[in-house]
Amino acid sequence: MNQTISRLIINRIGLGLLTLLIVSLVIFMITNLLPGDAAQELLGQSATPETLAALRSQLGLDLPIYTRYIQWLGGLLVGDAGYSMVNGMSIMELIWSRLPNTLSLAAFATLVSVPVALSIGIFSAMYRGSWFDRYSNMLAVFAVSVPEFLIATIAVLIFAVKLGWLSALSHIESANTFGEMLKVYAMPVLTLCSVLVAQMARMTRAAVIDQLSSPYVEMALLKGASPIRIVLLHVLPNALGPIANAIALSLSYLLGGVIIVESIFNYPGIATLMLNAVSTRDMPLVQGCAMLFCFGYLILVLMADICEIVSNPRLRK
Amino acid sequence: MSIHKTTVATTNTSNPLSLFSRFHVQSVSGLIGGALIIFWLVMAVIGPMVAPYGANDFVSYDVFGPMSKDYLMGTDYLGRDIFSRVLNGTPYTIGVALAATVAACTAGVVSGLVAAASAGWVDAVISRAQDALISIPSKMFALIMVASFGSSVPLLIIMAAIAYMPGSFRIARALAVNVMTLDYVQVARLRGESMAYIIFKEVLPNMFRPVLTDFGLRFVFIVLLLSSMSFLGLGVQPPDADWGSLVRENISGLGAGAPAVIAPAVAIASLTIGVNLLIDSIGNKSAHH
Repeated sequence: MNQTISRLIINRIGLGLLTLLIVSLVIFMITNLLPGDAAQELLGQSATPETLAALRSQLGLDLPIYTRYIQWLGGLLVGDAGYSMVNGMSIMELIWSRLPNTLSLAAFATLVSVPVALSIGIFSAMYRGSWFDRYSNMLAVFAVSVPEFLIATIAVLIFAVKLGWLSALSHIESANTFGEMLKVYAMPVLTLCSVLVAQMARMTRAAVIDQLSSPYVEMALLKGASPIRIVLLHVLPNALGPIANAIALSLSYLLGGVIIVESIFNYPGIATLMLNAVSTRDMPLVQGCAMLFCFGYLILVLMADICEIVSNPRLRK
Repeated sequence: MSIHKTTVATTNTSNPLSLFSRFHVQSVSGLIGGALIIFWLVMAVIGPMVAPYGANDFVSYDVFGPMSKDYLMGTDYLGRDIFSRVLNGTPYTIGVALAATVAACTAGVVSGLVAAASAGWVDAVISRAQDALISIPSKMFALIMVASFGSSVPLLIIMAAIAYMPGSFRIARALAVNVMTLDYVQVARLRGESMAYIIFKEVLPNMFRPVLTDFGLRFVFIVLLLSSMSFLGLGVQPPDADWGSLVRENISGLGAGAPAVIAPAVAIASLTIGVNLLIDSIGNKSAHH
């Protein structure tokens, strides 16, 4: 790795940190814009002005908003996101108890979708215009333009109602053997994968087609190399950067997708935790979950950009 | 200058139907897409009037009833006619999304044009702010807004407009920066035209087609976002119902395979796929030219 690349990457990471800071400011401002405050909500109608004032100073709500923002941000930096307003539990503990579930769901979806998407993308690029290319493209348009809950309900209708193979709800605690785990994860992962595969395959196809039109491929063709050899040995190493970029960008879809999928299958992850927080207006928990999601999103976008920087041949010297 | 005059003349036609002839929609999928869009746009206006039953009339004792002659899409969990409820939900699904898309694209395109035209620190400040907004996933932004302000139709429009403005801004700014370097814009600047004149008379007409394509895509995204929010129970609130709410309230009929769950979801899909088909056929045509 040379100096130009490392400088670009360090700049990009710095920009990412700045964006994260602005995002935290936006989240904090939106969640604190309404005049009604947590103390009022906790005590309800029966609150006397004295108890209200006491609780306010206990919660630190009598401080000016910028002081509260700095306190909140400082807390996040040392791993303290405050306490839930509904049950008084530590937000970090709540998040830690759910995070492994969401991460394993995301990991399964990634493990399944990446190989499938790459094969489809490369295959349809190799045989551009064939029936396989056209039908996979049609399916991809379908997958990205319908709501996730349609895909999920169709999956439930087929696999749980008609065939009776799977249960419509995720009973995560019953997943002890591999077979049981497969049953629990099959439908949520299938739903997430349909959109993931569609996006990734389209971007991979574009990246491979881009390479296939370059002179070195023509040279390899004239040399008499087989199509498989050209794609695996000549094209793929050169398309690796754009493909890695495509994978990282597509995976950022997961952060929105899990919200719907966890809710439909009643899966105990971070997204259902946040949905509950939104409907009970548990603002500290909403803030904590939102920051976690935005952090994950920024990491993926950052990785996509770094892949692009590293793979840019003009920077290699 | 004469070239410039003719482009303006062809892009400023006011007849909405000329939009289709201009893009030469000839492919079958493009026609299907266009037909679906026109059908739903008409239904958004007259849907509640042509619905066979009232949206809240209990018309059948049969809950989650099958599709039949009387009830085209079956009945819902309270025995109401789903077809009538879908038609009554059309103004919500399409109207709210359309309002939000118009707001998002107008704000995005105007700020993109201003950023491109003024350059310098104005451009830097606008770009940075839009970049920060685009770093919050749209569903996450929607959840934060609803948690903070509660859910109402005006809030949903504002929320979706803000969430999808940065994407429109990026495209508009990139296009405008390109157009700005063309000769006729330079000439207009030398003539001493105002910034408003340059933006609206010189630059905007020449980015019409890509901006329109982007408008369609953004409309699809917003329909999906708002339907998802309603599906989660955080969008349009009862007694009003858009298509996402209809899927949510009938989800318990899924075990019985009731059409009440599937029909509204299919309605959403037909709208969004229709827009995508039309955009794709326009995109293919412009690629050939």
